[in-house]
Amino acid sequence: MMADKQSTRVAYGKALAELGAKNEKVLAVDADLAHATMTVDFATQYPDRFYNFGIAESNMMAAASGLANSGYTVFASTFALFGAGRAYEQIRNSICYTHANVKLGLSHAGPSCGEDGGSHQSVEDIALMRVLPDMTVLVPCDAIEMKKAVFAAAEKDGPVYIRTGRLPTDICTAETTPFEIGKAITLREGSDVVIFACGIMVAQALEAAELLAAEGVAAAVVNVHTIKPLDEECVLRMANACGAVVTAEEHSVIGGLGAAIAESLMGKTCASFERVGILDRFGQSGKPQDLFREYGLTSEAIVKACQRVIMQKHASSQQR
Amino acid sequence: MTETQQSQAQQIRIDILKMLYGCQSGHPGGSLSVVEILLALYNHVLRYDPVNLSWEERDRLVLSKGHGCPALYAVLAQKGFFPRESLWTLRQLGSILQGHPDMRKTPGVDASTGSLGQGMSIAVGYALAGQRAAKPYRVFCVLGDGEAQEGLVWEAAMAAAHYKLNNLTVIMDYNQLQIDGTNDQVMSLGSIQDKFRAFRWETLETDGHDINAIAEVLNRPASDAPRFVLCHTVKGKGVSFMENAVGWHGKPMDQEQFNAAMREMGC
Repeated sequence: MMADKQSTRVAYGKALAELGAKNEKVLAVDADLAHATMTVDFATQYPDRFYNFGIAESNMMAAASGLANSGYTVFASTFALFGAGRAYEQIRNSICYTHANVKLGLSHAGPSCGEDGGSHQSVEDIALMRVLPDMTVLVPCDAIEMKKAVFAAAEKDGPVYIRTGRLPTDICTAETTPFEIGKAITLREGSDVVIFACGIMVAQALEAAELLAAEGVAAAVVNVHTIKPLDEECVLRMANACGAVVTAEEHSVIGGLGAAIAESLMGKTCASFERVGILDRFGQSGKPQDLFREYGLTSEAIVKACQRVIMQKHASSQQR
Repeated sequence: MTETQQSQAQQIRIDILKMLYGCQSGHPGGSLSVVEILLALYNHVLRYDPVNLSWEERDRLVLSKGHGCPALYAVLAQKGFFPRESLWTLRQLGSILQGHPDMRKTPGVDASTGSLGQGMSIAVGYALAGQRAAKPYRVFCVLGDGEAQEGLVWEAAMAAAHYKLNNLTVIMDYNQLQIDGTNDQVMSLGSIQDKFRAFRWETLETDGHDINAIAEVLNRPASDAPRFVLCHTVKGKGVSFMENAVGWHGKPMDQEQFNAAMREMGC
């Protein structure tokens, strides 16, 4: 693991600018947040391919569909809350319904955006985007993976949601780690419990696996960077192999990664199951690390969840 | 209007009535009010090619008031975009003619609309694309009046002026009625012209049932600003009991009403 922490939004900005150099059909649009979403890198290098729509996210999304349906690949950025939230219906009807080639790179997702507070911390964007027909949902775990996600999204025809974060976080993957949309990555093997994680919770999951190893528990860690289409084959295989499942996400436990995995596994496995995430609450102001503790988004919380599902697994096997 | 133009408009209205009676749903009032606007566009203004749908330099039409699509479908069929028989499948399962325009299903439809207010933003996107590629095409957006109550319309109006989209023309079908009543009863629009002028648009006005007058206004040379054209129309135009009647926004005709309407069309 590299010592340097980097934010996925910075990686998004750099990757987008790099993509811009390679592909002249790439445009970027933003809603007065270019310095926060980091589309500023693209805007500075390719000012004639960047459109600022002002503080008007709904118009930006519908106009992005018009640009995309004229032959461009459009990266549209704002905060996750104002894109996935405020402009939801424009994303649905103008982008997804028309299969427009718009990539939503939405930032400041989750409590990790910190001090701005609950009005700005999206805890529901994965759920909102996941339910849209035709939408692909990517939640990269670190800066290295973010770059791969941006390039993969550009290659893919149709709408893609890419969740980015403000907080510099640990690097969990390597340049050489393969990245394919819809293909989960097993970062650590284990047979007692499997932790499926996305975004910044992947680093927490790896830390949890270390803590569990010290107790003699072998936890597998799977980086589910693509929430949709979910790698159902991997999810079922790992769940059956371990018999105990924990999901971890910086998002509401309703509708996000944990829900997607629960839906996928329902009726197909006897594995015990628990979700780590935000328990139907809004965020609030605070330092990210304090918020992680307050909302149970820590390696310790994952460890406890793992211990519980392992106990359940043993209890139910004794009953049988 | 010449006699030919009148009989062409009459034929479109007959098709609309047959389509809507056939599916026992849909929106007669706002379909009948937009007939001459669409005929002016397709007969005298738009550059298009029914056999080359993806022609990059074609003009784009965004029917933002998507519920008026029976009129658009009837015109597209007349122009050869798809067989006329398709008209009688409107709103049925598997039809290429959806209840609101779907660009992925209907040849000649350039935008999926119906969720009011979004069409103008989509049109801004098309106009930006044309501007940045220096393509000669123009973008037209037909807007309902009640639709202007959507804040999105004004976000789009601001952006169009900011980016000096003089390849964009918004045409308002100003029949002054919406579902729950007149515009003034539901949510007063005030002076639409003044509002667009304040947003730095060129504004023009015409009789929305005179094909030549509409075409003349639409074909005027572009200024350096986006253009707004207020077309004075009558909701339900051509069917006496539907004209200016609030109740005919989205009501199916019974057999008696259909027969009466067809008699008025000379059928």
